[in-house]
Amino acid sequence: MSKIKFTVDGKACIGTPGQTIMEAALANGVYIPALCRYEGLKPAGSCRICTVRVGGRPMAACTQPVSEGMAVENMSQELEDMRKALVEMLFVEGNHMCPTCEKSGNCELQALAYRYQMLVPRFPYQFPARSVEPTGGRLLFEYNRCIQCLRCVRSVKTKDGKAVFGPLGRSEKKKIGMDKELASKLSDKDAREAMDRCPVGALLKKEVGFVIPIGKRKFDKTPIGSDVGKTAS
Amino acid sequence: MPKQGIIKTILARHKKDKSRLIEIVRDVQSALGWVPPAAVAEIAEALNVSKVDVEGVATFYHFFSGAPAGRYAVYLNDNFVAGMKGRAEIAAAFEKEAKCRFGETTADGLIGLHATSCIGMNDQEPSAIINGVVFTKLTKAKVKQIVAAMKAGRDMARLVTTCGDGANQSKLVRAMVTNNIRKKGPVILAPFKPGEAIRRAVTWTPEDVIAEIKRSNLLGRGGAGFPTGLKWDFCVQSQADRHYVVCNADEGEPGTFKDRVILTEQAHLLFEGMAVAGYAVGAKEGILYLRAEYAYLKNHLEHVLEALRKKAIIGRNAGGKKGFIFDIEIKMGAGAYICGEESALLESAEGKRGEPRDRPPFPVTYGYLGYPTTVNNIETLCAAARILAKGAGWFKTLGTAKSAGTKLLSVSGDCRKPGVYEVEFGLSLQKLLEMVGGRDAQAVQVGGPSGTCVSRGQFERRIGFEDLPTGGSIIVIGPHRDMFDVVHNFMDFFIEESCGWCAPCRVGNSLLKRKLEKIMSGKGTIRDLSDLESWGRIIKTMSRCGLGQTSPNPILTTLQNFRHLYESKVRHDTDFVTEFDLKAAVHAASGVTGQKLTEAHHE
Ligand SMILES: Cc1cc2nc3c(=O)[nH]c(=O)nc-3n(C[C@H](O)[C@H](O)[C@H](O)COP(=O)(O)O)c2cc1C
Repeated sequence: MSKIKFTVDGKACIGTPGQTIMEAALANGVYIPALCRYEGLKPAGSCRICTVRVGGRPMAACTQPVSEGMAVENMSQELEDMRKALVEMLFVEGNHMCPTCEKSGNCELQALAYRYQMLVPRFPYQFPARSVEPTGGRLLFEYNRCIQCLRCVRSVKTKDGKAVFGPLGRSEKKKIGMDKELASKLSDKDAREAMDRCPVGALLKKEVGFVIPIGKRKFDKTPIGSDVGKTAS
Repeated sequence: MPKQGIIKTILARHKKDKSRLIEIVRDVQSALGWVPPAAVAEIAEALNVSKVDVEGVATFYHFFSGAPAGRYAVYLNDNFVAGMKGRAEIAAAFEKEAKCRFGETTADGLIGLHATSCIGMNDQEPSAIINGVVFTKLTKAKVKQIVAAMKAGRDMARLVTTCGDGANQSKLVRAMVTNNIRKKGPVILAPFKPGEAIRRAVTWTPEDVIAEIKRSNLLGRGGAGFPTGLKWDFCVQSQADRHYVVCNADEGEPGTFKDRVILTEQAHLLFEGMAVAGYAVGAKEGILYLRAEYAYLKNHLEHVLEALRKKAIIGRNAGGKKGFIFDIEIKMGAGAYICGEESALLESAEGKRGEPRDRPPFPVTYGYLGYPTTVNNIETLCAAARILAKGAGWFKTLGTAKSAGTKLLSVSGDCRKPGVYEVEFGLSLQKLLEMVGGRDAQAVQVGGPSGTCVSRGQFERRIGFEDLPTGGSIIVIGPHRDMFDVVHNFMDFFIEESCGWCAPCRVGNSLLKRKLEKIMSGKGTIRDLSDLESWGRIIKTMSRCGLGQTSPNPILTTLQNFRHLYESKVRHDTDFVTEFDLKAAVHAASGVTGQKLTEAHHE
């Protein structure tokens, strides 16, 4: 297969046709901060945190195909600050109380906030009135924490391919809807996977909690992105 | 009401075709006045999709509702120009007569009052759409009459006693809408004999047609200014067994209405342009994606199509060329500005939520149903037809070196002669203002909210891709207007119309508006101005599509061109004022606890 030469912040990289900038960068051991992206799922480009610049133009690394000669700007101060701003937007858009959240320590939003040393968001909290939806069979949907990454929408399907989750409404009123009937038919394994895929504590499997104590969870030990490059050849 | 039966009939009418989900939901909405959960479930079952898929579509579009919208559903335009022309009084009159508030429906379900984004009637505001019938230049007396007619159960169409000019009077339209054509130019609004373009085109090879369009330097009129010849070339070069031509008739940018006038008076020119495009890119099928607000023109457009089929301009042996088939179908939108964005438009045409796609792939390689598609604005296609009829050389004698041809402008606001003007590119705002009777303007909003707000000192600037590009919306803002009200209204528009897919646009725009409100309330500081600037830049840089990439423009372009207004609004004695309103918070809390407030609570 033909190879694509490109650079990320000046580092020479090799990609293959059909890869996105994100995939190619990861394969070269280069970390591009991301949130809605999930290995194996069709990219959604919804959080925009993986935005990079190519020739000055901003684009989402998770959806943009890599091409020959691209000079990707990734870790510039400007982009990093804008990414931090997006993390802050997601914090103020919902109601995130980390200390009481089952996902604390495993939460990718929280991990990014650590990464960006977010103390107080630059934006005012919106304190939206949101609910908890407990009627999804083995799952409960904690809307206060949903960041609309669309991972559940993209991945949780019934055996005959029907979507269990889907976006409803639009504008700032948009939310992720759950087909309760279909959700109640999900197997234990499906529910577990749905919870694990959710980057925050919005989709939770009922009747499990704090199996691993806070402090000993994934991002309590190593910062987000630190695994990139360790396993790359 | 035998609901069961109705929905079955509707489903059968659309052959239980998933790609016709929007049509199905529309029919349910108009039969029942809303889309009840039971209907969602029945549709989902019949189409073999999940309920969230159906609900997702039913909740995306403005003209679908999850609660009864009223047997008479009033959609009153709420853009800034409507406000200039007395919308507030009209809204109050509706509320008084109907005894119900905006955003609500009367207890008996008879009347629903709803605000809606620009309906393309800016030159005849205040205006509203009621059960598909357009009411323009509303007055309090008219509102009284309308509501009385509703209570008497009358058909809204019967209230149209005087029609507008031109084809608005035709049997198939019968609308009180007026064209207000103030200046006709040679490209779009000049007479056109059916056949002039397509009969010529089909004597050439498709490559030569594309070469002619390239030679004309025609740039897309929908806003982005992409070279039309190049777009067609990309499309034809994408190998596939089908190609599509899609005409973007979504015209949603507040303040533009020129496409409405083309559809009313020059639809034959447009359809011939689509046929030329079809011939050039090798398409057999064209789609006119028509915004729901213009549904009143649908029968008229169908009629024009039928007449063109009879003349073999479209249809079988189109343009008189044996074996060339090109026909056009009209697909309706359902109320969403974002559906003017070409990839969102394609999603919507496929029956889905109008959410933009990631590009690449662009529509020219992956368009309608995945086939190579050229999406063009109405005016672009009209210009293409005229170029085929009169030649690229002729076309280039009009306008400027970088912006060939003419541009239709939709002029509204504080001017004596609002309406449609076909002008050559290169016209200065000063000249335009003289033409439209708006000499004393303090500002001109060029290109709608997503465009640029130009201040008085810059009126020598010219309409054209090299200086002030515009899809056609020109809003004249008189000296007595508060510019903050303008900006605030535009931000409301973007917040309402964001599809919500990506975080910066979904979250950022309301944060921007909140910051603006802080400044408007006199609590702003210089630091808040720099926040506005940097937050605006973040939203523009990080957003996924053209909506979010331009939504901060009302703020950013006024910050640049009307800096003094902002500076005079903010406090200079301190660099921080909290947004937190203690008094309001105490009141809210005491409301909950039932505690009586004493003076001490306010200290
Ligand atoms: C939010 C948004 C709304 C748009 N609305 C319209 C519209 O109403 N009509 C239109 O022709 N183009 C609109 N466009 C531009 C289209 O995406 C596209 O560029 C255009 O239809 C291409 O046609 P053209 O090449 O003939 O200009 C819009 C773009 C954005 C980002």
